[in-house]
Amino acid sequence: MKLIEALARSPWIWSFAGALLVLIATIAFTGGAGTGGIVTAALSLAIFSVVVGVGQMFVIALGPGNVDLSLPANIGLASAVAMKTMGDSDAMVAVGLAAALGSGLAVGVANYGLIRLLRIPPIIATLSSSFIILSIDISYGRGLQIKPPDGFANFTNIQLLGIPVLAIVVLLFTIVMGVVLHKVIYGRSVLAIGQNMRAAWLAGIRVERIRFYTYALCGALGGLDGALLAGYFRGASVDIGNEYLLTSIAVVVIGGTSVAGGKANVPGIWGASLFLVLLLTMLNTFGVSPGLRLVLTGLIIVAVITAAGGEKAAR
Amino acid sequence: MAASGVNVVELNGVERHFGAVRALDGVDLFIARGECVGLVGHNGAGKSTLIHIIAGTGSPDHGGIIVNGARQTEYSVLKAQALGVRCVFQELSLAPNLTVAENTRVSHSSISGIGWRRKAAQLIGDKLNEIFPGHGIDPADVVGDLPIGQRQMVEVARAFTVTRDPLQLVILDEPTSSLDAHRAAQLLAFVKRATAQGVSCILISHLLGEILGTADRIVVMRDGKVVTADQATAFDRDGLVAAMGSVQQTVAEDRSGVTHATGPIQVRARPSRQPDDQELIAREGEIIGLAGLAGHGQTRLLLDIFGVAMSSPKAGVEVTAPVALVAGDRQTDGVFPLWPIVENITVRSLRRLRQGALISAEKEMAFARDWQQRIGIRTPDLHNNILSLSGGNQQKVLFARALGSDARIILMDDPMRGVDVGTKIEVYELIRREAAGGRTFLWYTTETEELGNCDRVYVFRNGRVVANLRRDELTEERVIQSSFAEPAP
Amino acid sequence: MTAVAEVGQRGSSRQPQGITRLLRALLPALSLALVLIGIAWLNPRAISYFGFNLMLNLAIPIALATIAQMFVITINELDLSIGPFVGFVGCITATWLNDQPLVGAVVLVACIGAYAGLGALIHVRRLPSIVVTLGMSFVWQGLAILVLPKPGGKAPGWLLSFMGMQPALVPFPIVAAVVLALVVHFGLMRTSYGAVLRGAGGNAQAIGRAGWSILKIKMVMFGLAGLFGVLSGLALIGTTTSGDANIGNGYTLLSIAGVILGGGEFVGGRVSPVGAVLGALTLALAANSLLSFMHIPPDWQYAAYGLILIIVLAARTLISRREGRS
Repeated sequence: MKLIEALARSPWIWSFAGALLVLIATIAFTGGAGTGGIVTAALSLAIFSVVVGVGQMFVIALGPGNVDLSLPANIGLASAVAMKTMGDSDAMVAVGLAAALGSGLAVGVANYGLIRLLRIPPIIATLSSSFIILSIDISYGRGLQIKPPDGFANFTNIQLLGIPVLAIVVLLFTIVMGVVLHKVIYGRSVLAIGQNMRAAWLAGIRVERIRFYTYALCGALGGLDGALLAGYFRGASVDIGNEYLLTSIAVVVIGGTSVAGGKANVPGIWGASLFLVLLLTMLNTFGVSPGLRLVLTGLIIVAVITAAGGEKAAR
Repeated sequence: MAASGVNVVELNGVERHFGAVRALDGVDLFIARGECVGLVGHNGAGKSTLIHIIAGTGSPDHGGIIVNGARQTEYSVLKAQALGVRCVFQELSLAPNLTVAENTRVSHSSISGIGWRRKAAQLIGDKLNEIFPGHGIDPADVVGDLPIGQRQMVEVARAFTVTRDPLQLVILDEPTSSLDAHRAAQLLAFVKRATAQGVSCILISHLLGEILGTADRIVVMRDGKVVTADQATAFDRDGLVAAMGSVQQTVAEDRSGVTHATGPIQVRARPSRQPDDQELIAREGEIIGLAGLAGHGQTRLLLDIFGVAMSSPKAGVEVTAPVALVAGDRQTDGVFPLWPIVENITVRSLRRLRQGALISAEKEMAFARDWQQRIGIRTPDLHNNILSLSGGNQQKVLFARALGSDARIILMDDPMRGVDVGTKIEVYELIRREAAGGRTFLWYTTETEELGNCDRVYVFRNGRVVANLRRDELTEERVIQSSFAEPAP
Repeated sequence: MTAVAEVGQRGSSRQPQGITRLLRALLPALSLALVLIGIAWLNPRAISYFGFNLMLNLAIPIALATIAQMFVITINELDLSIGPFVGFVGCITATWLNDQPLVGAVVLVACIGAYAGLGALIHVRRLPSIVVTLGMSFVWQGLAILVLPKPGGKAPGWLLSFMGMQPALVPFPIVAAVVLALVVHFGLMRTSYGAVLRGAGGNAQAIGRAGWSILKIKMVMFGLAGLFGVLSGLALIGTTTSGDANIGNGYTLLSIAGVILGGGEFVGGRVSPVGAVLGALTLALAANSLLSFMHIPPDWQYAAYGLILIIVLAARTLISRREGRS
């Protein structure tokens, strides 16, 4: 009983419940056909949201107004950087990944530079930088679809007993990130800053340093995501990251992280990512038109957040 | 009990529970017309809950409330205000983005239509002049720009303004906590004049001197009940302290005659506006007081010192050891509201509470328990959210956070604001012990009597040090005199 | 005491405070002037009745959307759906409002009601507006596609005539901008209820304790956002003459930038309607006209958007910092 009570109170349980519900609805419609394929595909696609979701989670946990809106442009640029560096050669895969990470990291650092040096609010800073990165990407990528080396592309698609290997890797990564959030000084500092930035500084936390690490981390994860996406979808493109703007924020919030800052959790990102991917799959399965699909996705997001409710007043 | 017709407010057998906590355990109380009732008691005694019920912001679980002889059934803030009951809470209720006049309008829905701004400005301006002559506040000032003392003045003045609703009872919860001695005296004098004119008042203050000097009748609360109530003349300070239930001790004790004038200098700080060579010097083991009227540069200097310790160099400020700060404004500067008590205590000392690279939960708990014992934090479970603690206990958590760290220099930014007498006595003792053990304290306080704990006091005016008094030179008159003296140009 | 303000720095001399506020208020006007000077330098012929009319014709929908966003930001919320909403309104305008005016009008009024309802939902369930409006952006986008799957439709005649007005001396967009700024400024900054609305952004608890209904206030502000969003969509179609489901998508970010450029802040209830309109005009001019006059290659036009935003905001920071030091 106690375990169930604790589970029911955890902020992330609803996202998993929602994912399960959607899966059941889809299976009911297909009569059970292709369930394995649906789950595998969901896991394959969810990881891309999870990776950027983790980065976005740390940023959002920093407190109100902290959001990274430069992710789509970041992902697009990183996909091009990764593919060009790998140059269709498996030997260069590691270098390519490093380059993508570096590109994302540079974006994160640049974002923080705008926020700190020019005192621009993060929403506007990341928005402005996204425009600039977009231009860089367009002229760097020159619109050509650059192909990933076969080995890398295959790696992003391998499965082990129906579970994508990449999903396992990302799962391990998120476990580490969860530990970082709750058990490492950096994570504790982020949560302190998110609750009360001034109190955090007065308690001896190096607020600006922590913010710097966080935006850099988010940028780097965006870069990684770009490389992985290019591998999975077998090609880089400027638009490859577009849907992740809303998705990265949605998975964080539906997963139970507070937009007011100071409260975050990692399991919820998985639950919410699976939920959104399965939702899309369900709507496709039902044969819903694109316009209607958008409307239903939106209404379901609103319904989910309404049901979960917001913060209870602390005072 | 006096006849119902005479009393503004009567409470009969009022009870209020928060889960297992009996915040009010059967309270009978009456407030007569034109009397000032002083309400005293430790934090957690139930004063706050009581006034919330009278003001209509909380409803009792049992018992009844009678206003103007009429039993209230669906009592609310709006109903209370319509009946003439107003409250100035400890957390200020002004919108910082609005002007003083606009904030006044917010309280009075009848001020609208053409010329509303002028009417509101006139209303608040007149009242400010009446209560605080020489206040220097312009109704067109944006509240967020005003120092906290002036904000409190506006809030109090606003509570006494009258448009459509009558003015019968004003509840003042620690109304002088952000005011200096001069303004506090003006306010209390006004309260006496107002009660003489028929307005009733409930005054909550941890400064027993204020209560004894202003109230007609005093009600003492303890553990959710009224333990004694009588005319103010029947009480003295010691009697009140005894009734409230704390240890018999005078608040400011003499420190043992040891002067620490010989230890190594830990802090050297010259205020940025200082025209001459005067600077604040603190040696190891000293307790240095910062005094003067509120908002005259004391906090600024403390923050400069803190900043230097956090690697933001500042000319004229030198620090030679790690520094921690105890905030006075818990809500904005100290408390992490989503965290349990444990994490609020350990946040500054995490480096030492690790097992390898990860924070150890066992070490955290041990650390927190140790400090809970040392400083006397009253809670059944350290895993409870920090806001479950009373104000005084929350302040103890902030002390524990600073004292438990590796800091050798402790800065205190008026940390006893709104803290009950019992907590204060315990913490003074702790500070003295820590100083004897070699820690240095820089203590900004707006309560002159606390300065008796200090070895040396620097008096501030207009952002500069204007006087430097050793403990043996320290008298309340000298401090107040220096506070008002104009420094040499 | 918190170090928010101390006597030595403010109090007795309120002058530095007033100057900072004045400069911050002037910054949107200054940036607009800068952009105009840039345009005049690059293409002197643009500074004419005809030139302004052309350059600013898209500024009015942007300004209306910015005002809509401003109402939401005043109460410490954010509307990430205003762009797709404007697009949806545009689609309705180009179809139903034209063919079946009554139905179209009812739908548009219902949209305003939906916005007010969202405000109520956000308040009652204590929801983060960023997420709710994010979800709604999907909804408006989807509805727009359902109504108008491909660009097309036709603006109603009366709308075209209204937006195509050519008053003597001053170009219509400028007249409209001035009227908009004055009306909203008066309503929000000068009326007694406007003070209450803004107060809810500064300290909602205090406003609630004074007896005002925060629920009503949130509904009013969101409702106003809906109203001005509808006006923005109407103005947009009145200018572009036909509808497109994606046409409003850039408006979300433009509207946020416009409010901030105009001196508004995300929390605290500090906004400026006049500043917001000036900010919107500045962005509209910079984004469309200044860039094309500077012959920026198409690849780099996006970067130019970003840089303009950064430069203006940096200027605002520098001014605030300089005043803060004195």
